[in-house]
Amino acid sequence: MLVDSEVVLDVTALRAQFPALAQQVRGKPLAYLDNAATTQKPHQVIEAVARYYQRDNANVHRGVHELSQRATRLYDEARATVAEFLGASRPEEIVFLRGCTEAMNLLAHTLGSRLKPGDEIVLSELEHHSNIVPWQMACERTGAVIRVAPIRDDGTLDLDAYRGLLSERTRVVSILHVSNALGTINPVRSIAAAAHEVGALVVVDGAQSAPHLRIDVRELGVDFYAFSGHKVYGPTGIGALYGRYELLEGLPPFQGGGDMIARVSYSGTTYAKPPARFEAGTPNIAGAVGLAEAIRFVREVGLERIRAWEDRLTELAHQALADVPGLTIHGPKPGAKAGVVSFSLRGAHPHDIGTILDMQGVAIRAGHHCAQPLMERLGVPATARASFGMYNTPEEVQSLVRGLAEVRRVLGL
Amino acid sequence: MSDLRELYQEVILDHNHRPRNQGELPDANARAEGHNPLCGDQLTLFVKVEDGRIADIRFKGCGCAISTASASLMTEAVKGKTVEEVREIFRRFHALVTGEAEGQEFFDEFDSLMALAGVKEFPVRVKCATLAWHTLQQALEGGGVATTE
Repeated sequence: MLVDSEVVLDVTALRAQFPALAQQVRGKPLAYLDNAATTQKPHQVIEAVARYYQRDNANVHRGVHELSQRATRLYDEARATVAEFLGASRPEEIVFLRGCTEAMNLLAHTLGSRLKPGDEIVLSELEHHSNIVPWQMACERTGAVIRVAPIRDDGTLDLDAYRGLLSERTRVVSILHVSNALGTINPVRSIAAAAHEVGALVVVDGAQSAPHLRIDVRELGVDFYAFSGHKVYGPTGIGALYGRYELLEGLPPFQGGGDMIARVSYSGTTYAKPPARFEAGTPNIAGAVGLAEAIRFVREVGLERIRAWEDRLTELAHQALADVPGLTIHGPKPGAKAGVVSFSLRGAHPHDIGTILDMQGVAIRAGHHCAQPLMERLGVPATARASFGMYNTPEEVQSLVRGLAEVRRVLGL
Repeated sequence: MSDLRELYQEVILDHNHRPRNQGELPDANARAEGHNPLCGDQLTLFVKVEDGRIADIRFKGCGCAISTASASLMTEAVKGKTVEEVREIFRRFHALVTGEAEGQEFFDEFDSLMALAGVKEFPVRVKCATLAWHTLQQALEGGGVATTE
């Protein structure tokens, strides 16, 4: 147990709630250090999803019968839970989607439908492909152009250069809150304030921030904020998009179908109000139920405690990895980032590092992290990345360090 | 750990540290780019084909130990072979690294390629071992880009 002056997190008890953690991989205890890719799920979430299917399963918003009413209530409650989690003004500002990628596609499509040739969209050099490609597709359709805000060598956004890119042509600033590849925490409040000064809308990709930081969309002053459930200890295939209600109201639909209409006739269709307008078809009800449970779980543990614990692990990893010959850590220093340690080892390709660590039960990610422009900026083809969750331990950090000694031995470094 | 030793044999490490036939080939008459979108590996292959034979071959690019060593070993194995022979060697090599064939009997004359047999225990690494071969096939079929996706 790690004890800080004010922070106590009983990691042993916490780990007992995650069945997937208690297994051996390749004959070694699993050290799951790939939480930025996806997190493991606590019993509480798995059981909530199972319970929904065992007891309450029905379609929502259309049945008069008891089960449908129960499913509808659970789905609506989940929306309220997400709204509260993000600090939204009301549940109707939350759209349930498959995840961040779908949210970015929805926005690039709907906000994108208003773009004109010469309009500008500002992204950053840190972006994940999911916040690049949908906007590029929107630009292809409309003739709008993308401007890219650069980062400094330490992996943090160059705020002055960002401000320099803003003009009356800027329509949208779409930026991630926390970098999946480096852990960098972007100063979203300042970014949003500067964007609003030129009348641009602010979209935030919160895939990596939701598991680590307390989020308040009104305090941040953003217009749209998206996150994925599976990175916050919830199920895959469910995520949410927050949008300021008056903005959502002004957007055209994304997909057509049932549930998103007010009235349909062959002479024309009127669309439902948000959020239903953006939720065509039967939604992922079980996913929403599981996500709400995951949010309850995270809140019970406490985001402040999670953050403090992960910061300690990150600091520990930085200290221990400094002694590994030939190892370089990319991105900001601990404290200025979320629990991500992205590194290169001279003479070892990340893919080889990943394979050799896996043989010791240590799960990390090796590759370009769906951020190829960032890899180019860093001058590396790929990196190895260890990323922490609330349940990781100092012992697992040690397993990583021991594993890297084995990498050097196997590769003859 | 024996699987790891099997994967990262001396021959592989040697070809990774000192790749053979690396660089550009100014008089190449066939070339292709290969990339593995999964891990960002990429290589460019330069081939000089004369009378239906591979007269010379070089590669450049960056990748993991397996893909670099495989490219290096491949250039040694195919030099002087006819395009038909190359196709047959790739077929056998593919069977070897995917574990579909024992391969030993196929590779008497290409002992060094056997060094990659350990890949069959690591299915996610098959793409690394075959990237250079897919790229060669692409070059011989008229060039372009080969991906292992």
